[in-house]
Formats: sequence, C-alpha cells, structure tokens
Amino acid sequence: MSSKHGQAHHDSHDSAHHDSSHPQSFWSQYVFSTDHKVIGIQYLFMSLFFLLVGFCLMLLMRWQIAYPGQPLPVIGKFFGENNMPGGVMLPEFYNQLGAMHGTIMVFLGIVPLGFAVFGNYLIPLQIGAKDMAFPRLNMFSYWSFFAGGMLMLSSFFLPGGPTGNGWTAYPPLSDISHDGQTIWLLSMFIIIISSLLSSLNFITTIFQLRAPGMTFERLPFFIWAQLITSFLLLLAFPPLEGAAFLQLFDRVLGSSFFLPTGLFVAGKIADISGGGNALLWQHLFWFLGHPEVYVLILPALGIVTEIIACNTRKNISGFGMMRWSVIFLGFLSFVVWSHHTYLTGMGTNITAFFQTTTMIISIPSIIIVSALFITLWGGSIRFNMPMLFALAFLPMFGFGGLTGLPLGLAATDVPLHDTYYVIGHFHYVVAPGVILGLFAGIYYWFPKATGRKMNDILGHLHFWPTLITMNFIFFPMLIQGLMGVNRRMYDGGATYLFSHNVLYWNVVETTAAFILALAQIPFIFNFFYSIWNGEKVNSDNPWHSSTLEWATPTPPPHGNFAKPITVYRDPYSYSLEGAPKDYSPQDQKEI
Amino acid sequence: MDDILQKLLPMQPLASVEGKDNDTLMYLIHGLVLILFVGWAIYYIVVLIKFRQKKNVKVVHSHTPHLISSYVEWVVVVIEFLLLFAFSIPFWAVHQAGMPEGKNVLEVRVVAQQFAWNVRYAGPSGKFGRSSARFLDDNPMGLDPHDPDNKDNITTMNQIYLPINKTVLITLTSKDVIHSFGLPAMRVKQDIIPGMTTHVWFTPNKLGQYEIACSQLCGVGHYRMRGIVYVVSQGDFDQWIQQNKGIHD
Repeated sequence: MSSKHGQAHHDSHDSAHHDSSHPQSFWSQYVFSTDHKVIGIQYLFMSLFFLLVGFCLMLLMRWQIAYPGQPLPVIGKFFGENNMPGGVMLPEFYNQLGAMHGTIMVFLGIVPLGFAVFGNYLIPLQIGAKDMAFPRLNMFSYWSFFAGGMLMLSSFFLPGGPTGNGWTAYPPLSDISHDGQTIWLLSMFIIIISSLLSSLNFITTIFQLRAPGMTFERLPFFIWAQLITSFLLLLAFPPLEGAAFLQLFDRVLGSSFFLPTGLFVAGKIADISGGGNALLWQHLFWFLGHPEVYVLILPALGIVTEIIACNTRKNISGFGMMRWSVIFLGFLSFVVWSHHTYLTGMGTNITAFFQTTTMIISIPSIIIVSALFITLWGGSIRFNMPMLFALAFLPMFGFGGLTGLPLGLAATDVPLHDTYYVIGHFHYVVAPGVILGLFAGIYYWFPKATGRKMNDILGHLHFWPTLITMNFIFFPMLIQGLMGVNRRMYDGGATYLFSHNVLYWNVVETTAAFILALAQIPFIFNFFYSIWNGEKVNSDNPWHSSTLEWATPTPPPHGNFAKPITVYRDPYSYSLEGAPKDYSPQDQKEI
Repeated sequence: MDDILQKLLPMQPLASVEGKDNDTLMYLIHGLVLILFVGWAIYYIVVLIKFRQKKNVKVVHSHTPHLISSYVEWVVVVIEFLLLFAFSIPFWAVHQAGMPEGKNVLEVRVVAQQFAWNVRYAGPSGKFGRSSARFLDDNPMGLDPHDPDNKDNITTMNQIYLPINKTVLITLTSKDVIHSFGLPAMRVKQDIIPGMTTHVWFTPNKLGQYEIACSQLCGVGHYRMRGIVYVVSQGDFDQWIQQNKGIHD
C-alpha cells in the first residue's frame, strides 16, 4: 500500500489542496496525517484489532460457560494465578472479561468501525469534498480514540484487573469496586471526547462541503445514516460524560451521587455520606445507551443500502420514505431508553409511555428494511462478495429486530429481562447483522482504497462459516433465555436445576464460537494478502456504481478528485431509461 | 395445544395463576415474530432466485410490491398496538405495578445482600416488628431485639415457604448493591435497588420447589445467589410457621 500512496501523492500535485504542494515525511503522511482517508484507515486497523481482542475475550468466557471449572487447555496457564490458577477461570476474571468484552466491542470495535472508519473514508468522497471540514480536529479524534482504547486495555495490567461490573457499570457495585472501574471511567471520557469531535466534524462537513449540485435529496443514504448517527452521538454522549464524572467523584472524592444512605457492604456499614440515588445512573447511562444502539446500526444500514442499490442495478425503492424514516428514528431513539429499566420499579404510566414509543420506533425500522427488501424485486441481482454479506445482513438484522418485540413489551420483558434471550436478541442485531454489514463495506470499498480486489474464494471461506456459526451461537441463546437462564453467569447457569435441560446448548454455542474464530483466518489473510497481491482493478469504478466516491482516481489522492465535481442527478441512477449503460454517474452531465 | 406451544416455545412449567396472562402474550408476540420472519424469508428466497442477474434481462420497475409492503406494515402496526393496549399495559397495571387486593394475602419480606436472600415472616401474630440498620451487626435483617413484635418473627436464608393457592406479596429491599428477584416458574422478576422498596406478588398453584435466581450482576458470587421457593399445602405451611416461630437462621 505504501507505494500506492506515494503515487497518489504525486498525482495530486496539481490539486488545490495546500498540504499536497510539498512533500510529506513518513510521520505526517501515515501517522499524524490530516487526510480523512488515512485517518479512516488508521481507524480501520485499530477497530479491527479491538474487534479481535473483544472476540478473544468472549472465546475465553465461552470455554468457561461450556465447561465450567475445567482448565482451559494449552493457553490457560498463561493467564496468571490471579485470573486462572491452574488454567481454571476465577469468577472475578469471568466478570472482568464480560465487562471488557461489552465495552471493547461497543465503544472500541463496532462504533469506530461503522461510524469512524466508513464515515471518515467515505463522507468527503461521496459528497464531493476534498477533505473533512476540520482535518486537524479529525486527527485529534483519532489519537484520542487511540489513547482511550490503550488506557482501557491497560487496565488488564492493574493489580486487581479491569472492571468487572458489566459494560453498563451500575452503581452501587461500580462505586464500591476496585480501581479497574476508575480506569474504565477515565478512558470512557477520552473515547467520548473522540466521538463528540468526530460527530461535529461529520455534521459540519456534510452541511458545508457538498459539491455544487449535491443537494440533500441527492445525498446517498449512507451519508444520511452518518448524519443522523453524528447527531445521536453529539446529543446522547454528553449525559454519559456527565454521569461518568459523577461516578468518578463518588469513587475518588467520596461524594454519594449514586449511593443511598445506609448501605451495609461486606458485613459493615459503608463509610459514605449517602443521600444519593442508585437508579439515577441507569437513566443517564441508557439515555446514551439506546441512541448508541442506532449508532451501531445506522452506518451498517447505510453501507448495505449502497451495496444493494449497486448490485440490483436499481434505484432504492421508497428512498424518500427511507430518509424520513431515518430522521424519525433518530428523534425517537431519544425517547425509548427506559425500556432497559422496566424492572426497576416503574409505574404503569411511565412504562406505558416507553412501551408505546418502543413499538412506534419499530415502524421506521420495518420501513427501512422493507424498502431494501422491495428494492430486490425486479432487480438484476449480482451475487458478488459484498452483496452476499449485504444480503445476509437483511434477514439477520430483521430477525434481531423482531426478537426485540417481546423485550419491548413490558409484560413479556418480565420473564425475559436479563436472560440469554436479551443476549441472543442484541447479538443478532449486532453480530450477524451489523458486523456482516460492515464486512460487506470492507469488501465493497477495498478496491477503491487499494486498487485491488479481495479474493473471492477466501471471501466465500470467510462468509459461509461466519454466517452459519453465528446462527449456531445466537439462536440457542433465545431458547436458553426462554427457559430462564440468566446472562452474566460465571458457570453458564449450571447452578440452577431449571437450566439443566438447555445447558447442552452451551457446548454447541462454544463449539460454534471457536469455528467462527477459525473462519476469520481467511478474512485476515485475504485482507493483508490482497493489499499487495490482490487482483488489480482495471477501472476506477469496478462495480459500475453511480455514486461519487468512484469518480476519484484509485486510490484517491490527497485532495480526492482529479477535477472539479458537479453533481447532476440522484445517487442511485441505475438502469435509467435511454441511458447507454446501466449506470449513470452522479457527476456525469449526459445520462 | 399447550403441549405444542410448550414444544415451540420452551418455558419452565408455569406454577402461578397470574403467569397465565404473561404466557398468553408470550405466545402471541412470538407468533407475530414467526409469521413475519417466515413471510419475509419466503419472499426473500423467491426474489433472490427470480431476479438473479441474467443476460439481456432489464430491471423491472413495479409499484405492486410497494403497496403490498405498506399494507403489511399497517397490519403489523395494528397488531403491535393491539398487543400493547389489550395485554401488556393492563398486565403491568395489575401484576407488576399493582398490589394484590383483598385481605387474604401473605406478606413476606426479602432483604437481598451479596450473595444471599434473607427472608422474614411475621409469624403467628401476623405482625412485623421494627428493624433498623443499627442491628445489622446482630442479625442479618436488623431486627430490633427490644421490640416484642419481633419475638415470633421468623427469618430464614435462601428459603421461602409458601402455601399453595394463597396470594403472596413479597417486599424487596437490598442492603448493598442492586440485585434482582427472579422466579421464572412464577413469571415474576423485580430489580431490588438499594434505597428503594419494590415488590412482587403471585399466587402459586402447584406444589413443588422453584428456584430464585439473582438477575442483576451483583459481584463475584452473582452466579450462585440462588434461593428456593417451597410451595406446600396450607396445613404444612401453618405447621411450619408454628414450629419455627421466633427462630432466626
């Protein structure tokens, strides 16, 4: 890739961008770069790294769940006497792995991958801009994300280990637990700052830097998804930032924002001032937490929409409806948070309100998914690698959404709350849903970023086992959850007799999880192999797409476009009447 | 019918009167999920085969799928709101936020701590004595030893005895961190947040033993914070109360 970028830099010599008028050192070109594409790629490597770390933590947990108390073969003894004496996991370590799996996957893996990687790389390209509105701020976002992530990982090396209070960090438990929680709070500050600055940057860029003719109606759906995502981050993260400060004060300065009077912990009256409210944290947390779900989902929906339009050779059916739906979804996502707290003792009226909003928010989601399903009707569907991932996304994400209905209704949430049903539900949304959507994006834009295609055979070796094993992991969880098996159980529920006739699924899930790990090897190999040795693409627009990012040289140089861009038509101009080809690029005057 | 449903949607055998309403809604909402998913799946398979890329076949623009889809969306909306207003909201008002009505209710108090359930009965007198955090050093539920009403109170740990066919109201508090009282066989679950008092109520209608599972992460022993509910006949229950009055363990 390095030679590619060198070439790209040279090509862009004539572009108006001031940074490209003089040669750049290695450091300013690849490390402290202000180029949105380099920053996107930096985010890509880091977020894939964090996804792998989060996944490995889960594999350790899955061994313990399937074979509680049995030593982990081969590698078990390397985790230290404090964590896995003799290779057998301790409950403290299990809880720490669980908390860090959730935190890393959500805040350091999927959000950066969906929002920061694809957002950074594609927003300027798809709107016809030379870079982000604030390139230096963008660099700062990346490096604060990097610092926050490293700080989070460093908590594994604390004497007491990282936090073990779940990614939700409910006080009083989190207030009174060991130092890992303080590090968690500090690194969350830094990660939140990174997200806030990125979202400001994305919003400004989308509003201010669109090419002439790129009206809001002509923006691709991916840009709409990123715009709404940015607003969600910008408006939902500050309450968590504030709440994290309060929790830090409780821990470090002895305040009692989340600690009620009269706590009696471990055999003695706790030495606290008291007078706080433990429930307050849950509302502050989920006020971020629910919009955060859409922060995870929307970028993947945007990616899948681009890929489906291109590979059906059709305009997206009901594109206007989709735009309104995603705006509506954004607003609604701020008034559904309390469906996470039904069981905290909520009264009938407030529960009725949140159930109703939760049912209403299912409507725009169904409209968006239906629009994508309908787009396929009458299309000319190409089954290439990105399209396969996108096509797998739809039913998996749909199923994840549907299994949310029993949880959204408060009555059926009672038996299902905090069981494996919840785990099955949101993993369907995020793993075979969002992650497959993000993989689709990697396979789809890889040729633009590198000038080479990823290998198809390795792609199939990655896709099919990934799709199948994910279902073997997450579907049985729904069954276990219905039986009442709780989440966050160190022994996978073996303590409880009622679990025993569904416990064998733990072995199935764990086996599938390890096969899923093997299925990622073709991807990792394919990714690095194809950067240097993949099949070269002989066109700047190998998928015959109509959106603007394909109008750039390959890979796009600093400054992006070789010539000034004007936009003449809608993003998905495929198979237009009277057009010579089945795609009409947005920047081309004649169809 | 119940057997088939039980096979399709495996839940623990129901052991309370009120859980029936919950199960009905559970079957209905999963029926909706199943129909929608199977419908989508069939459409999906047909479309992917029928409209795969072929030489010299152009894309078709048709409005019909749009119309069908918007009808389906409206039907889904109507069903969702029916389930919401006819089942879920009334269920909550009666069973979760509401209190059992009438006098024939047994009250049991549960105080959760890391990692056990302390249970307290009023004893034959039917009166709970005073309790205070000052006495937590002496006994796990802080019963005031000077209050005569406490003389016949019974406390147990991790074991709740209940008479069959009698409504029980369990009030829930926590000493330390958040716990959750989950009793899946009765279809009840309730968070217990320190500083707040919450409750669950139900009417057990099957003899037997049922497990209580702590359902909020409460620390390293969370996974083994297990209690047992023994549902016994009214006679056995009265006898148990008489034998154990004033006993605290």
